[in-house]
Amino acid sequence: MSATGPLPAIRFENVHRHFGEVKAVDGVTLDVMDGEFFTFLGPSGSGKTTCLRMVAGFDRPTAGRIFLHGDDVSQLPPYERDVNTVFQDYALFPHMTVGENVAYGLTVRKAPKEQRQRRVEEMLELVRLPGLGKRKPSQLSGGQRQRVALARALILRPRVLLLDEPLGALDLKLRQEMQVELKALQEQVGITFVYVTHDQEEALTMSDRLAVFNHGRIEQIGAPADIYESPATEFVAGFVGISNLVRGDMARAILGVESTFSVRPEKIHILGPDAPIESGMDSVRGRIEDVIYLGMYTRYEVALEGGSRLTVAQQNLATSSMDVHTARGREVRLVWEKVHSRKLDGPA
Amino acid sequence: MSATATPARAGLAQRLSNYLYVRPRAMLALLLALPLLWFLVVYIGSLATLMVQSFFHLDDFTGQVVRQFSLSSYAQLLTRANLDIIQRTAGMAAAVTLSAALLGFPLAYFMARYASGRARALLYLSITLPLWSSYLVKVYSWKLILAKEGMVSWLINVLQLNAALDWLLGLPGIGGPSLSISLIGIYLVFLYVWLPYMVLPVATALERVPKSLIEASGDLGGRPGVTFRRIILPLAFPGVVAGSIFTFSLTLGDFIVPSVMGNSSYFIGQAVLAHQGTSGNIPLAAAMTTIPMLIMGAYLYAARRLGAFDAL
Repeated sequence: MSATGPLPAIRFENVHRHFGEVKAVDGVTLDVMDGEFFTFLGPSGSGKTTCLRMVAGFDRPTAGRIFLHGDDVSQLPPYERDVNTVFQDYALFPHMTVGENVAYGLTVRKAPKEQRQRRVEEMLELVRLPGLGKRKPSQLSGGQRQRVALARALILRPRVLLLDEPLGALDLKLRQEMQVELKALQEQVGITFVYVTHDQEEALTMSDRLAVFNHGRIEQIGAPADIYESPATEFVAGFVGISNLVRGDMARAILGVESTFSVRPEKIHILGPDAPIESGMDSVRGRIEDVIYLGMYTRYEVALEGGSRLTVAQQNLATSSMDVHTARGREVRLVWEKVHSRKLDGPA
Repeated sequence: MSATATPARAGLAQRLSNYLYVRPRAMLALLLALPLLWFLVVYIGSLATLMVQSFFHLDDFTGQVVRQFSLSSYAQLLTRANLDIIQRTAGMAAAVTLSAALLGFPLAYFMARYASGRARALLYLSITLPLWSSYLVKVYSWKLILAKEGMVSWLINVLQLNAALDWLLGLPGIGGPSLSISLIGIYLVFLYVWLPYMVLPVATALERVPKSLIEASGDLGGRPGVTFRRIILPLAFPGVVAGSIFTFSLTLGDFIVPSVMGNSSYFIGQAVLAHQGTSGNIPLAAAMTTIPMLIMGAYLYAARRLGAFDAL
């Protein structure tokens, strides 16, 4: 372990988890700092959930080691680890009341009854469900169950809270509310949150840092803005937000060197076909093939002269849906600042 | 030309389908008519007849059934001999049920939680396999297996455990001349024939306990023993109760196993058979039949009070 700086809350050292032939996790190394909101982002089957389960102790690495605050916990059972989990399906005990569910961690530790009751009330207060302790989980809405699961996981004051796609079952509106609330809660309790999701918007909204998973490996680790603005690989560029990938001859024609690069749709401006090119700008000519009006902004599909296409997003600041549709078929010049052409590592 | 879409003259079947589609109640009535009729007439009807019969009594002189309300059949149940029969039967049912639960639960647990794919299918198959063959054949096979010259005796002889067997058979009340003529033998055969009825509902109940609940308990500090006691057992308990209803009531009503494996001491089933057949005392037989019903009623009530169905 490094001798400098504080110990990371979680450290993965070249962790592998194989299920027979399937390499669910294939060499993951990362540090999660204390007090960080850290997200594992990736499509299903990318290994993010397996990594979370190995931190919780439900699964153990085939090779490599996992440290919690400096202690090797790779082979410890869940009940020996100072982490708690919010499950995707909430996993509330159906035969217990809400209060008994929240108290469970203290009950199995044989905490005195008054302490249990006091802590349960505190926790229900914290997740804004005061007075619901007598209900059964089946009498609660999805959002309320979510909060009970949070209260239950937080009652032991763990140093790390693990959240496995906790908002997946909620509808969009509630999900957005809970995103804000979870972030606020994390700042309030001040502990490390490790959050697993396949929703890139969620990851960008909530995280201090995130790791993008693909095929059991980490493609990139960074702050949301880094990941979005400077994707390191084609996969990250494509998975996080919409991205234009330009390769081969087309890339050479635009950049002058043959190197695959990505450019975000909102960075591109549409000018008249003969507009002058300023210095510091990349540019290419094309024809608007398709116009998709999306209310807040409009997406243009532009066919380039070399045969490939670019997607351009423009805010509808003054234009109406009538205006944008007349753009179809127009010859244009697309320009963007050179800094927005992000050269990528070759296909992984 | 009129272009209105007058439907072509629909066939009878189609018109009936349409009629029923828009009238779900008629549909339901049609579906349930036959089973309800069966249930009311054959099931409830015969049960009611039985109950009515139990309040008649047998005239001791003529041997005729007197069709007048009387509690004398029930009074006869309270004689020493009949109370012995009831106690013996209920005790056996309890012992078989408890043993089936103790034997069946770990097996069901393995089937539900650990066995995967082929192994699980194979286990289910082997659990239900005994049900494929005739009940009588199984019971008589056990008679041979447990007989003095049978396999079990041979094995015990090989293992030099004769002394233990003799001691077991010498126990007052449950012993006998050989395993095949003793309460122990009856108990073993009952346990064999009813075990599937315990394992299957328990396995089904265990399969329905989500894995995440078990993980959540461990996550919150519950060691395996705690998780079992506080999460798995309470959630699987309705399955155990369902299984015990089978094993308990099947043992209470059976007359074949005790008559093949037993001696002269009767079980309820044998007594009912004897009273309604040999001695023609239908009222007493009917009164005796209400005993298992009462026991089951009390049992279910107790199970409910214990919270067996809370997790349903």
